[in-house]
Amino acid sequence: MNNEHYEALKNIIKIYLPEDVSVDDIKPTSHLTQELNVNSANLVDIVLDVEDHFDITIEDDEIEKMETVQSAIEVIEAKVQS
Amino acid sequence: MSSEEIIALLPYTAPFLFVDQIEELGDSYIVGSYTFSRESYFYEGHFKGNPVTPGVILTECMAQIGLVSLGISKLAGQDLAALKLAFTSADVEFLKPVMPGEKVTVVSEEAYFRFNKLKCNVKLLNAQDEVCVKGTLAGIFSTK
Repeated sequence: MNNEHYEALKNIIKIYLPEDVSVDDIKPTSHLTQELNVNSANLVDIVLDVEDHFDITIEDDEIEKMETVQSAIEVIEAKVQS
Repeated sequence: MSSEEIIALLPYTAPFLFVDQIEELGDSYIVGSYTFSRESYFYEGHFKGNPVTPGVILTECMAQIGLVSLGISKLAGQDLAALKLAFTSADVEFLKPVMPGEKVTVVSEEAYFRFNKLKCNVKLLNAQDEVCVKGTLAGIFSTK
């Protein structure tokens, strides 16, 4: 996992965290909806921001793979490198 | 889809249906109207002795036309009997009051429809074409 990608994703996620979750709670293993309590509407905003930031397109079935920070990075890195 | 078809598919009924007609429909925009009956129940309490259409009701009218009606038209062909809706955000400004009996027109333009989330820029205008409410609304449409 590229640290630059990780920090960029963390900066996007932190905008959509509920008030009771801090940016320090974000770990590679964090589950976006179950642990960081991101709701499904904000998850879409995270994915749209990811598309803009990394200049990639996420397909409908790929959002389901982006369950944790780590798995989101895997989806992103597969596209950034290709 | 016709105005009647869309309204028949809306999951609302009186006293909480705020759509009379869909006047224009495109791939990424919709225009619809509603006339607030002077007899509407909420005027009895908002405000005491001084009936004004509540902002939450104007927002609901904008959501029913600008978000839900547009979303339903975009999902034509899918199993709409299984449609589940969630209103997820509203960021609106109220610029002019809407009085009992006024007809309003809602104009909505899609910002995006991705991963079942529809986000729109929506305006509510009065019969004089003055903008009474404007803002951004979003909702999730699930047909699974």
